[in-house]
Amino acid sequence: MTSLPASTEKKLGLVIDLDICVGCHACVVNCKEWNTGGYGAPLGDIDAYGSNPSGAWLNRIHTFEITPDDAPAQIVHFPKSCLHCDDAPCVTVCPTGASYKRSEDGIVLVDEDMCIGCGLCAWACPYGAREMDPVENVMKKCTLCVDRIYNENLEEIDRVPACVRTCPAEARHFGDFSDPESNVSKMVMDRGGIDLMPEMETSPVNKYLPPRPKSVPRTTEHQETDCKSDPAPVPGSFLNWVDQMLEKL
Amino acid sequence: MHPAISVIFFTVSSGAGFGLIFMIGLGVQLPESGLPAFLVSLLAGGLAVFGLISSTFHLGHPERAWRAFSQWQSSWLSREGVLAVATLAAFAIYALLWTFTGSRIAGLGYLISLLAAATVFATAMIYAQLKTVPNWHVWLTPAVYLAFSFVSGLILVGVLNVDSRILGIPVPWIVFFCLLGAWALKVAWWKRADQIGFSETGSDTGTATGLGSLGKVSLLERPHSGENYLTREMVHKIGRKHAMKLRVIAFISGCGIPMLLSAIAALSPAGALPMALAVLSLAIGLFTERWLFFAEAKHAVSLYY
Repeated sequence: MTSLPASTEKKLGLVIDLDICVGCHACVVNCKEWNTGGYGAPLGDIDAYGSNPSGAWLNRIHTFEITPDDAPAQIVHFPKSCLHCDDAPCVTVCPTGASYKRSEDGIVLVDEDMCIGCGLCAWACPYGAREMDPVENVMKKCTLCVDRIYNENLEEIDRVPACVRTCPAEARHFGDFSDPESNVSKMVMDRGGIDLMPEMETSPVNKYLPPRPKSVPRTTEHQETDCKSDPAPVPGSFLNWVDQMLEKL
Repeated sequence: MHPAISVIFFTVSSGAGFGLIFMIGLGVQLPESGLPAFLVSLLAGGLAVFGLISSTFHLGHPERAWRAFSQWQSSWLSREGVLAVATLAAFAIYALLWTFTGSRIAGLGYLISLLAAATVFATAMIYAQLKTVPNWHVWLTPAVYLAFSFVSGLILVGVLNVDSRILGIPVPWIVFFCLLGAWALKVAWWKRADQIGFSETGSDTGTATGLGSLGKVSLLERPHSGENYLTREMVHKIGRKHAMKLRVIAFISGCGIPMLLSAIAALSPAGALPMALAVLSLAIGLFTERWLFFAEAKHAVSLYY
């Protein structure tokens, strides 16, 4: 049934630390790699080695620039995948029952054998978390690596989503948000984890940790004034002496 | 949003078909029985069915379309499918009785009209329910869909029987005023769409990334150099450039010309031809309007691109 469960026993999801992510795209690549061989049909590509490649990915990294009023601009790499929302609008619009949210752990999944590929769930998602597979013509989305996290054939260290396992900077963390003592709940508490587009009332499970405040460089004031004219050498230095000599010529 | 031809054709054609079914169910004056009654029913049912078949062309797996009847408790798309089939099934019985016995059962007719209106409402709600597309997320969307479906059905009645009257008023005159009413709703819809701009929820790149409190957030780099499903389907920007011109074309072709032609039909002795031309003009107007309905709609995911 594509009605949402009233509550879920666990709330499995990710914490993504925007202060740490370096934008290397390793999580994107490992996600594609794992999910091409794992749950459901392979993640399809069209013209993969041609001039106009296009394909289904479950995780993508955008890069944003923040320009504060009173500080230098800052770059934030922004990984985005399904947020496994508590009030997932993608689930309730599904006409076939292919999309569902599991009551045991809150993971939002697509039963690909039931999906008619109408695309309405992708329209209902504000985050762009769902992509139509161009080869299989069924809807693809992050499964939270449901075929890894419970997989007893894997080493325990590997029983986390592929993106989390592969992140070289440890910017991604996996855990249960229903447990206030879990690693992810504590991180969200300590760092002020945020919801994306809370005004859409989707109650996302995944949380993002905002970049920590930057320490302001001591020379900011000089740099700002200097930038407007030519850079001037430091008074008393060798370069300053050269500068003055050349001025006199 | 990407304007898929199959969906545009579906909403316009099915809208007209269910509009005509609605009129037939109300018992408007049409052929008494026999072949003419059958052909009128075939036109109404045919428009609705062709629209529905067309809608399956945008599915990734049309052979599984039957599964869409299962989730009527939660999904507007499923409700639309169930209601469409229920309407057509009831209408088939009505049409057969009408064709062979000449009797039009009033009670069954009213039920069919109710079902037809509910089907069009459900179609509109597929779009109106989406908070992610602010242009669509308003009660005016189902109002406009219902009004255009109603006026399409009415104008077809005018072609099939130009002399028919409803409550004593000649149909061409009713068409004349209903066109005005339907397009007034659409103009209100357009006006709102222009005013709310990107979002009525206050969403912007700042809320989309959750970083708005730190400063002005703007996209520096997309995740990939090419297009993807999301950019093709929901960040579709082609067509907005000529939106104003197309709105004028939609309005003139869908409102001005058919109004003029239905007035001519009402005043002249041979009104069927101007009514037929009015249908053609309205169809062009509604296809343009429906194309814009998609092409002009902005989706929240655009905030990430």
